[in-house]
Amino acid sequence: MADFAQTLMTALAVGSLYALIALGYTMVYGILKFINFAHSDIVVLGAWLSFTMAQRLLPMLGLDPHNPATTPPLWVGEVILLASMAFCSLIGFAIERLAYKPLRKAPRLNVLITAIGVSLLLQNVGQLNFVFGPSPQKMPALLPTWELLRVSLPSANGNRDVVVGLVDVVIIVTSAVLMIALEYLVFRTKTGTAMRAVSFDIDASALMGIPVDRVVSFTFVLGSALAAAAGFLYALKYPGLNQPAHATWVLLGLKAFVAAVIGGIGNVRGAVLGGFVIAFVEQFGAFYLSSNYRDVYVFALLIAILLVRPSGLLGSTVREKV
Amino acid sequence: MSLLVVDNLSVFYGAIEALRGVSLHVEQGEVVTLIGANGAGKSTTLRTISGLLPPKTGTIRFDGQTIHNWQPHRIVKSGLVQAPEGRKIFANLTVDENLQLGAFLRTDRTAIRADRDRALELFPRVRERLNQQAGTLSGGEQQMLAIARALVARPKLLMLDEPSLGLAPQLVRTIFQVIREINLAGTTILLVEQNANMALQVAHRAYVIEVGRIRMEGPAAELAASDEVRKAYLGAH
Repeated sequence: MADFAQTLMTALAVGSLYALIALGYTMVYGILKFINFAHSDIVVLGAWLSFTMAQRLLPMLGLDPHNPATTPPLWVGEVILLASMAFCSLIGFAIERLAYKPLRKAPRLNVLITAIGVSLLLQNVGQLNFVFGPSPQKMPALLPTWELLRVSLPSANGNRDVVVGLVDVVIIVTSAVLMIALEYLVFRTKTGTAMRAVSFDIDASALMGIPVDRVVSFTFVLGSALAAAAGFLYALKYPGLNQPAHATWVLLGLKAFVAAVIGGIGNVRGAVLGGFVIAFVEQFGAFYLSSNYRDVYVFALLIAILLVRPSGLLGSTVREKV
Repeated sequence: MSLLVVDNLSVFYGAIEALRGVSLHVEQGEVVTLIGANGAGKSTTLRTISGLLPPKTGTIRFDGQTIHNWQPHRIVKSGLVQAPEGRKIFANLTVDENLQLGAFLRTDRTAIRADRDRALELFPRVRERLNQQAGTLSGGEQQMLAIARALVARPKLLMLDEPSLGLAPQLVRTIFQVIREINLAGTTILLVEQNANMALQVAHRAYVIEVGRIRMEGPAAELAASDEVRKAYLGAH
C-alpha cells in the first residue's frame, strides 16, 4: 500500500514530464509529418538555461546556490521557468525558420536528416566551454524541501511513511496548468482550429486564408516552450544535471517520443495519455519487477501497442471520401 | 477593367511544362468556365491563381493588383477564393469549424454570421449536420460544405474546381443550380469542369484547355454548338 502510493506519486510526476515533451513531438509531427529529433535537445537547453540562471540569480539575492538549505522565494523559480520557456521558444522558432522551412517542399527524409543534424549541433554547442560546458552540474535548490503530506501506510514489512513532496506537486500542477491551457488553445480558439486544419491539409488550409508559415512557426514556439518547462521541472526533480550530450537526455527524449507514438502521433490528447501510460509502466515495472529493466518495459509496451493498434491508442485513420 | 486577368502563364512541375502560356480573363458578374480533359491543366491553372504553385512566366492580375507572387492567404484576403478539387474539407473538424475556417481572415462577426446563414440557406443539408465531424458527410454533402465554406469568405471571385466530380446526376443538377444562384446574388465565378455539358449551360463564356494551352474561347452557347467541342467534350458523334 505504501509502496504503491509512493510509486503512484512518482509515476504521476514523471508522466507529466513525458507528456509535456511528447506534446512537442506530436504537434510538429501533426503539422509537418516529420519527427523533430532536435526536440529533446530543447528540453536539455531548458534545463541548462534554468541552471545557468539560478546560478547567477541566487548570489544576487544574497543566497548560496550550493547550499540546499537556503532556497529563494518562490517567484524566483517562476521567473526562471518563464524566461527559460521564452528563450527556448525563440530557439525553436529560429530552428524552424533556418533549418526546416527551406525544406518544406523537399522529401521528408531530407528534413529528418536535417533534424538529426540540428540535434547534434545543439548537443555539441551545449558542451562548449563558454556555453554550458562538458561537465555535469548540480542544479541549485529552488524549492524548499517541504513535505506537504506524510502518511503512514501499511507495507510488506510493517508501516512505512509515504511522503508527498513539494517538488512532485509543483511538477504535476505546473504541467497540468500548461496542458489544460494547450487543450483550450487547440480545441477552443481560432488559432487552434487553424492548427488542426493545417495538420490535416496544408494546401487546403492556405486556400482558407490561413497563413500556414505563421501557424507552423507558432507550433514550434509552443512545443519548445513546453519542452523548456519540462527541462526546468526535470532539473528541479533530478538536480544532478548531466552534460548536454549525455545519453540520459537522449533516452528521456526517446521515451517521450515513444509516449507520443503510443498515444497516437499527431494527437494532442494521445501524447498526454501516452506520457502517463509509459511513466506508469516504467515506474511500477521498476518497483515491482526489476529496476534494471525499466527501459525495456517502455519499449516492450511500444512494440505491443504498435502490434495491436498501429496508429496508437487515440490515433485515428480518417478516410477521405472521394 | 476585368476582375481577373491571367496573361501568358507558364507553370512547370519539375521539367514538365504543365501550362504553356495560358491567358484568360473574367469580367465582373460573369460565370466563366474552363473545360478540358483530365490532365489538360485545369486544376494547375486554379492552383497557380490561388498562389499554391509559382508561375515560371506570366502575370496574374486581380481587382487591379498583381497577385502572382503573393502568398495564398493574401490572395484569399483580396477576395479570390477557391473551393478546391476533391472538396478538401477538414474531415477531422466539425462541419461548423470548417465553416468558421472559411471566414478565417474576417473579423466582422455579424457579417460573417449573415454570410454563414445565407450559405446554409443554399444547402439546408449542411445546416442539419453542423456539429458532425465533416469526415462523416457523404460525398455530395462534402461538396456542398466546400462551396458553403468558400462562400463564407465572401469572395469577389469564386473559383470552383470540379464541383460535380463523383456526384450522382441528381446532385450535379442541384450543385449547378446553386452555382447559378450564387452568381445571380452577385458573385463572379470561374468554374473548372469535366462535365462540359452542364458547365456550358451555366456559363456565360468558356475556355477550352488542351495540354496546357487554351485552344478555344468564346460565348458558352457558341462553343456548345461548335462541332469540335461537341465531338471532343459533349459526346456527340
